[in-house]
Amino acid sequence: MSLPRLILMPIRTSKQGQQVNIGKDHDDYLTMTTTLTVHPDDLKERNIPNGARVIVRTDHGEAEFVCTEGKVPRGMAFVPYGPPTCKLMGGDTDGTGMPTSKGWEFDMEVVLNAE
Amino acid sequence: MPQTVTKFATCAGCACVCDDLELHANDARIFEAKNACEMGRCWFLERPISKVEATINGKPASLSDAIDRAAMILYEADSPLVFGLGETTAEAQREAVALAERLDATLDTETSLTHGTMELAAQLGGKVTGTLGEIRNRADLIIYWGANPARTHPRHLERYSVHSTGKFRTRADRTMVVVDVRESETAKEADIFLRIRPETDFEALTALRCLVRGQRIVCERLNETGLSLDQLRDLAERLKRARYGVIFVGQGLLQTRGLHMNASAATSLGIALNATGRFLVMPLRTPGNIGGADAMLDYATGYPFGVNFSRGYPRYNPGEFTAADLLARQEVDAALIVGVNAVKRLPDSARTQLDRIPTIVIDREIRNATVSIATAPAGISASGTVYRNDKIPLGFRPPLTSTRPTDEDVLRRIREAVERKPETYPTASARMTILE
Ligand code: SF4
Repeated sequence: MSLPRLILMPIRTSKQGQQVNIGKDHDDYLTMTTTLTVHPDDLKERNIPNGARVIVRTDHGEAEFVCTEGKVPRGMAFVPYGPPTCKLMGGDTDGTGMPTSKGWEFDMEVVLNAE
Repeated sequence: MPQTVTKFATCAGCACVCDDLELHANDARIFEAKNACEMGRCWFLERPISKVEATINGKPASLSDAIDRAAMILYEADSPLVFGLGETTAEAQREAVALAERLDATLDTETSLTHGTMELAAQLGGKVTGTLGEIRNRADLIIYWGANPARTHPRHLERYSVHSTGKFRTRADRTMVVVDVRESETAKEADIFLRIRPETDFEALTALRCLVRGQRIVCERLNETGLSLDQLRDLAERLKRARYGVIFVGQGLLQTRGLHMNASAATSLGIALNATGRFLVMPLRTPGNIGGADAMLDYATGYPFGVNFSRGYPRYNPGEFTAADLLARQEVDAALIVGVNAVKRLPDSARTQLDRIPTIVIDREIRNATVSIATAPAGISASGTVYRNDKIPLGFRPPLTSTRPTDEDVLRRIREAVERKPETYPTASARMTILE
């Protein structure tokens, strides 16, 4: 039986807020915005080791992240907003001007295990 | 080097716009920001400033050449977009409106990508407004819905809300409730934390409004929200008992499925609660002067964002005249971007169009654009007005001076350069005559 898709919740953090001032092209900002926090049981169920590099796919696009275990609710993954999450966003705004930027269902697949 | 101390300096590192900072600087840089949080300290001390004043196609250029090139690009465009404006002063925002009007362009701000849905909700059913000062002095029930100010607005709780000591309220008199999909840092400080399932905010807010008004609700549908009837009843009773309540809504509510309907559910609940006490619903805005952009566009055009001047008068239509939509539909042939962070909020479908068309970027740093102009950063070396989260205008007190022009100067010079060019197309009023 295939596992249900997880739900992606891009969030804002104060570290990200600080980093925005230093520069969004900075390495630290890129590291932060490509780190996906998932519940340990969700990773285990999908045979994804902690620290693995994964491709995340939504209905609108894909981007690469590093998976880390964290204290987050099951079935959901959290990541600071940034260029990678924008790749996963659909362009449709339902006539509001605002693309939905939270709550997409996604699949993930390991690309390379971290050392 | 002589040192200066600037008291009561204003920070726009987030929408709190704290104006109680003390900046220590020499001629070249700020080296201390007393009272600032870590994010504010970064805002003052660590923002890089570009050494080059302008570039054209990636090559260093003089400011006047860059302005002439920018004016020519915008003059030649059939459907230019003026976009961003979230990180600049109200004075520059006013200049951007004048330029967009002169170009018959579309003008959209970061609002459309952040809390624009709150503006739509206000247009659907109205809104009740107030100031953060009022909240500090009077609020006895403070709810954060899909918001995590402990991380995004670091001094908000201490300055304006739960932890502040107001004239009539202290922490002991206030109840703090957090509704979120996860136990955020803010939730850890709350008296009551309600974990809601993702994308069920509309249902929960509507159920709450029914309970407040004594209407019947279908309990089975409530299960989808992850909240029990008892939890919602308890919250509804607290809402009714509150003498002064506020719901701060965050991106967790405004950017999930339902968008403006979520915002509308929150504002409708707030309006209903004014039957029993005083109640506000306020978005926690993103950093910079995004509230100023709303105020300036409202005052100059009558609309808060997504305004099109192609008929010679302002027209408003979110979804049609908003940056994400216009760019994704490839309906823009040149873009002027004021503050590059706005671009980074766009979905890829919109951003790829920016790679295909000529772009002019006005920012504190040189950016990858057809024309890039580096300006004096507001609050650091440029003065002007910034609007706080509750749309109270405050003045910047920049401790440094700069030889760089301000955003306002550059926008005005581009407009003047456009105005010097001959009218190659019928004027807007002439087009109206033709249409009639
Ligand atoms: S809370 Fe916001 S405005 Fe206040 S010092 Fe921190 S970043 Fe600046």
